[in-house]
Amino acid sequence: MALLPAGYLAVRAADGGLDRLLATVASARTLELLVRTAGLAVAVTVTSVVLAVPLAWLTVRTDLPGRRVWAVLSALPLAIPTYIGAFAFVAALGPRGMVRDWLAPLGVEELPSIYGFPGAWLALTLFSYPYVLLTVRAALRRLDPSLEEASRTLGRGTRATFWHVTLPQLRPSITAGALLVALYTLSDFGAVSLLRFDSFTRVIYVQYQASLDRSAAASLGLVLVALTVVVLAVETRSRGRAAYHRLHAGGGRTPPVSALGRWRWPAALACGALVGVALVIPLGVVTYWLVRGLAAGEPLRLTATLVGHSLSASALGAVASVAAAWPVAVLAARHPGRLSRLVEGASYAGYALPGVVVALSLVFFGARVAPAIYQTRTMLVLAYVVLFLPQAVGAIRASLLQVNPSLEEASRLLGRSKVATTWSVVLPLVRPGALAGSALVFLTCMKELPATLLLAPTGYQTLATQVWNATSEAFFGRAAAPALALVLLSALPMAVLVLRESEREPAAPATGTTGSGPPEPDEEALAVSGWRPAPAS
Amino acid sequence: MTRRPLVSLLVTVTVLLAACGGSGGDGGGDAASEAAPTLTVYSGRSEELVRPVIEQFEGETGVPVQVRYGATAEMAGAILEEGDNSPADVFFAQDAGALGALSSEGRFAQLDAGTLEQVDPQFRSVNGDWVGVSGRARVAVYNTALLNEGALPDSILDFTDPSWKGRLGWAPTNGSFQAFVTALRVIEGETRAREWLEGIQANEPKVYGGNTAIVQAVAAGEIDAGFVNHYYLHRVKAENPDFPAANHLFPDGDVGSLVNVAGVGILEGSDQPDEARQLVEFLLSEPAQQYFSAETFEIPLVDGVAADPSLPPLETLQQPDLDLAQLSDLEGTLRLLTEVGVI
Repeated sequence: MALLPAGYLAVRAADGGLDRLLATVASARTLELLVRTAGLAVAVTVTSVVLAVPLAWLTVRTDLPGRRVWAVLSALPLAIPTYIGAFAFVAALGPRGMVRDWLAPLGVEELPSIYGFPGAWLALTLFSYPYVLLTVRAALRRLDPSLEEASRTLGRGTRATFWHVTLPQLRPSITAGALLVALYTLSDFGAVSLLRFDSFTRVIYVQYQASLDRSAAASLGLVLVALTVVVLAVETRSRGRAAYHRLHAGGGRTPPVSALGRWRWPAALACGALVGVALVIPLGVVTYWLVRGLAAGEPLRLTATLVGHSLSASALGAVASVAAAWPVAVLAARHPGRLSRLVEGASYAGYALPGVVVALSLVFFGARVAPAIYQTRTMLVLAYVVLFLPQAVGAIRASLLQVNPSLEEASRLLGRSKVATTWSVVLPLVRPGALAGSALVFLTCMKELPATLLLAPTGYQTLATQVWNATSEAFFGRAAAPALALVLLSALPMAVLVLRESEREPAAPATGTTGSGPPEPDEEALAVSGWRPAPAS
Repeated sequence: MTRRPLVSLLVTVTVLLAACGGSGGDGGGDAASEAAPTLTVYSGRSEELVRPVIEQFEGETGVPVQVRYGATAEMAGAILEEGDNSPADVFFAQDAGALGALSSEGRFAQLDAGTLEQVDPQFRSVNGDWVGVSGRARVAVYNTALLNEGALPDSILDFTDPSWKGRLGWAPTNGSFQAFVTALRVIEGETRAREWLEGIQANEPKVYGGNTAIVQAVAAGEIDAGFVNHYYLHRVKAENPDFPAANHLFPDGDVGSLVNVAGVGILEGSDQPDEARQLVEFLLSEPAQQYFSAETFEIPLVDGVAADPSLPPLETLQQPDLDLAQLSDLEGTLRLLTEVGVI
């Protein structure tokens, strides 16, 4: 199912004949696009890591003022769809945007242009760094503090310990988050179109938009698939070799909290600045549209039906994705090897392709092969699974890896069947991961657009389609209420989970003290994948 | 204590699922199997615009209609992928290019001669399988306090004159502008199109994000003139009649006043061809034509319909000699714009 989009692309590209496929793929333009797109993906990924790792450390391991608040807020930009966020950036930071209007009395005529690479880089980084943040935060929480303590005992300073002990251990989680950021950057259309950066996705859209040239678009799509395979290969390589043992497999201690000293307030200020740009600017602009629209007598355009459709389709998408991810995750966690890596990799196929390509491939499949479910909610949920499966797979796998296989063995030895063991032993332990994975998928389904427009039942409207309807005619006032509702509702489950995890942490700096009880792997499961402890001995 | 948020989250999701599970179905997923036949329309034009017309049609004819809204290109792409199984009966598109693409793939049924003849041949399919509903013209909008219309050239090609240096505005990323450049390439050839772009570029035009921004900048005196679609000015003037700007139409079939259309076609194999025809007829009827003219300030394409008095009458628009369905090579246009350094 997940390979359907790639298969569809192959069929469509072959339509145009092999010569044409080769001509498109080998053209100078394609090469240029490849360089530009890869450049954007690398830039966004690197910046996301640079932002997210210190932020994760600050919100997990230090006495940052208002740490819990920052923990929640810093994860929320993920809930802002790029097609709203980039719109807001243009409105606020554009050459003639709101910020210029404020600065105008100071003699600022025009701000530097945010169009092209800088804007796309900024927007994509700010709306996708939480993928890295969440994975790294989870890993930080699970680090065995004794390693760091050993390093300190052996005479290394705080900084040297961080660089030589902590950071290397975070590598798998950084890579896992970075993978999602990189693949998301490849597939995103909202930011690159509004900020006018010619990436593969934008050009594929142009092919459809201008000429409905499906075979040319499909050829470019295949190049994108190839690029995805390269990214996955890089990721596999970097997570494959090292082993990351945890000495206390089941119940570790709460890691120590570092005192920031005189850096406490500057650090809080930095968090504030990031949240300000990534969260307050977009939400502020949308709120401004709302107020202006209400003042002009625009209707709210926010009905219970819209909310209901959005919530139910996304919730079903989340549940179905988790269900579909289960076997893939079990395979990847319990039977690592070439085959399981292949299956896991295949689940990424739908994720890295532009939404419209995946949607059209499912239109092709649905209308011709499964007309009974075509344009029903079942079809829509199926599309969400194809699109967002990897998010659920990663979360569940990360959780599964934490379940000591000896627990399962004990259950089997005591006479429980395999099914009963899964149900009564594994499932409860993996529950936080499944829940977090579904929160992530839920959030992503809420903002999904192309598949919803093409595959939902005719006349089935959601918050996202309503936002699209209004903005496509530049009725920003009418888009504002559904847009705000969309962001707030999709962020809710994520916020609850992050908050819940933070509540369990010690509030005061307590360097070196030992926490009691096993830390429950909750947020780590929001984290999408990455931790690979060796099987407990 | 710590379990509570988790439990409440689970409960919330379950309740929502239960609550919405029932209501989701009336979105129409099962409508196809219902007894009353429903006409299915794929609309590349937005709901804001189309819904009132559809409701009026339903009220007058009693034919129930379901509309799927999306971008024109994606809707057209879906119809192509669906093949013979397309649930769509009617496709209402934003531009002629998408209609042309479906026409050349044989996806449209023939329209009646009586339907087609209501619209001038240049605004409908050469194959007789789609028809334009409303039109939008490219114009130069100019500041009426700074310029007389006499100061504006008869051809858009003459804006390359150095006397226009620093006085022009354009929106090179706008879709309608790019369609114009495609027409320029088709009519005048690749070389002249490049020369024109380079000439305008040499006049250092101010770059805007869209048509509305250009109209505002012209009225503010920031620039003297700019290249836009005709209706943006009308929308502003409806609210502010003293707005100091006017549209300049290029005469004699100049490519600068290209008229593009939104139009409609009936899908080959529609299981409700009669109702579909009724809808197409309705879109060409006086009330619908007047609605588009009053609501969007687009130009009615049916002869004899009284348009909004501020709109240029259809007769004054001389279309350059061009089949609108040919305007499909956007990729080539984007490449040219990139090479010249415009985008």
